[in-house]
Amino acid sequence: MTMKEQHKQYWRQNLRYLAILLAIWFIVSFGFGIIWVDELNQIKFGGFKLGFWFAQQGSIYVFVVLIFTYVWLMNRLDKTSDLDEN
Amino acid sequence: MDIQTWTFIIVGLSFALYIGIAIWSRAGSTKEFYVAGGGVHPLTNGLATAADWMSAASFISMAGLISFMGYDGGVYLMGWTGGYVLLALLLAPYLRKFGKFTVPDFIGDRYYSDIARTVAVICAIIVSFTYVAGQMRGVGVVFARFLEVPINTGVFIGMGLVFFYAVLGGMKGITYTQVAQYCILIFAFMVPAIFISIQLTGEWLPQLGFGGKLNDGSGVYLLDKLDNLHEELGFHEYTTGSKSRWDVGAITLALMMGTAGLPHVIVRFFTVPKVKDARISAGWALLFIAILYTTAPAIAAFARTNLITTVSEQPYSSVPEWFTNWEETELIQFEDKNNDGLIQYVADPAVNELTIDRDIMVLANPEIARLPNWVIALVAAGGLAAALSTAAGLLLVISTSVSHDLIKKQIKPDISDKEELMWARIGAAVAVLVAGYFGINPPGFVAATVALAFGLAAASFFPVIVLGIFDKRMNKEGAVAGMVVGILLMLFYMVKYKLGYLGGGTQEDWWFGISPEGFGSVAMVVNLIVSFSIARFYPAPPQEVQDMVEDIRYPRGSGEAQSH
Repeated sequence: MTMKEQHKQYWRQNLRYLAILLAIWFIVSFGFGIIWVDELNQIKFGGFKLGFWFAQQGSIYVFVVLIFTYVWLMNRLDKTSDLDEN
Repeated sequence: MDIQTWTFIIVGLSFALYIGIAIWSRAGSTKEFYVAGGGVHPLTNGLATAADWMSAASFISMAGLISFMGYDGGVYLMGWTGGYVLLALLLAPYLRKFGKFTVPDFIGDRYYSDIARTVAVICAIIVSFTYVAGQMRGVGVVFARFLEVPINTGVFIGMGLVFFYAVLGGMKGITYTQVAQYCILIFAFMVPAIFISIQLTGEWLPQLGFGGKLNDGSGVYLLDKLDNLHEELGFHEYTTGSKSRWDVGAITLALMMGTAGLPHVIVRFFTVPKVKDARISAGWALLFIAILYTTAPAIAAFARTNLITTVSEQPYSSVPEWFTNWEETELIQFEDKNNDGLIQYVADPAVNELTIDRDIMVLANPEIARLPNWVIALVAAGGLAAALSTAAGLLLVISTSVSHDLIKKQIKPDISDKEELMWARIGAAVAVLVAGYFGINPPGFVAATVALAFGLAAASFFPVIVLGIFDKRMNKEGAVAGMVVGILLMLFYMVKYKLGYLGGGTQEDWWFGISPEGFGSVAMVVNLIVSFSIARFYPAPPQEVQDMVEDIRYPRGSGEAQSH
């Protein structure tokens, strides 16, 4: 594989990761926290209504996990594509 | 010891620490001044970014706002954290690979145009000044309350301090000061929250106490109790809110994109050694921010419950001491309309007898929970740390925009490093003076527009940077037109619907039912549409620019880019 093709593949894989992670980002915040909040509020766990919980706490936890997942995925991709910095 | 003495000791010690760090880490070159030498550890950068990011608004006002807004307060929680996902995935690693000093640097080079650079400088200055004026005012207010000095004296003390470590140390001084400020502010925020959580629900972790059962033996969940209290008094239900879904979504999106587009946050990612450090430090930053941001809604619910159960239908003669303390500052006002000696706190303004400033909820928390005096002093130090760290970060953006992007890049390219460093210091000094002036003479519009700094950043920077990385075909004509139209549209909407000039307008006149706070989303979309359409009529960027865009997409080689 030429350098150029390798780069292309790396970039495409990167965009695929972005699409998946940003879809989750959108679903937990705008989806669960805003669009479907009333429906989810019918479900309760502990003292929380689920939609309210996503809007005020849950989405934040998911955001943190998303970034660390992205870091892990990209570090792996850098290595397998031989594009890491070392 | 009384509160006053404790405040002098704790605030004094924290200031001594900041000044000590400033002297230890003073900058000797422009590279140290602009990007702290470029060798900051990602964890250190995460801590500094968190402090840089969390302002007086996050520390003092946010929990109070949520406390009165209930569910609708989620716009701040999701908006101000969700932006970090955009920042980490769409901006930080690429800007780090690009590896220069400032946001206008990137825009000027990527769009091969000094006009684009200048427009970016102007946008950076507008965004940063709207934001910093509010911070200086915040510093003054905290001093006024806790050291019992006039607000202006408070602003002067804050100016002196920021002057010292921003002018002397530049980014290097600011970075290490911010690490200390993060530790102080998070400790100060968590201590009262943990105590109140234990008192109210028996859970030590506020995040759990938030969804826990009340400690009073009734077996009722805190949030259910709060919903009931709200309904009884005629407020909207706490957990469902009152804004339209559409507007809630627009505000959240504008705050997210604004967060990702704020120059003082973006520049922090220029300070780490490698691309992968930029990615992980965004993760650390959000983790440290999340500690405060998941505690804030818990504090909001605790404070709201405490407030209502303490004052509602209670005789005024038996209110606790914190109530009368805050009455002196006029942040709590009671007017016995029906002369029955009881406090009627209800939604109906004709019957309601109690007015409460939202900002007191966090500041008064330790007193409400009857915590020892040193905790109250700690909260004062925390509020100051939050305001000062953000003010310093913003001032640095303003000063580097002037010294680097205007003087070095455009007016006098043959300037020596030493001279440029001097200009950077002069820039920082002038910026402190201007910010201080606005802190002392706050123009009426400051309070109204601080939140809109995000809309401005979303409308101007976010699209132009993302397109610069992800769309090779985007040219200078499209980018400049997009930025100009985006920021002008946002300014127009702000001036018309928030400040009431240009004929003003009420909620019914809002475009698409979107409030000024959420309009950044619309202006961003318009920016995108304009950029794409204009770009089609002009040639693609030159080959070397396309090669540069290609290059920043791959992490290898960031070392070279850094030492230019």
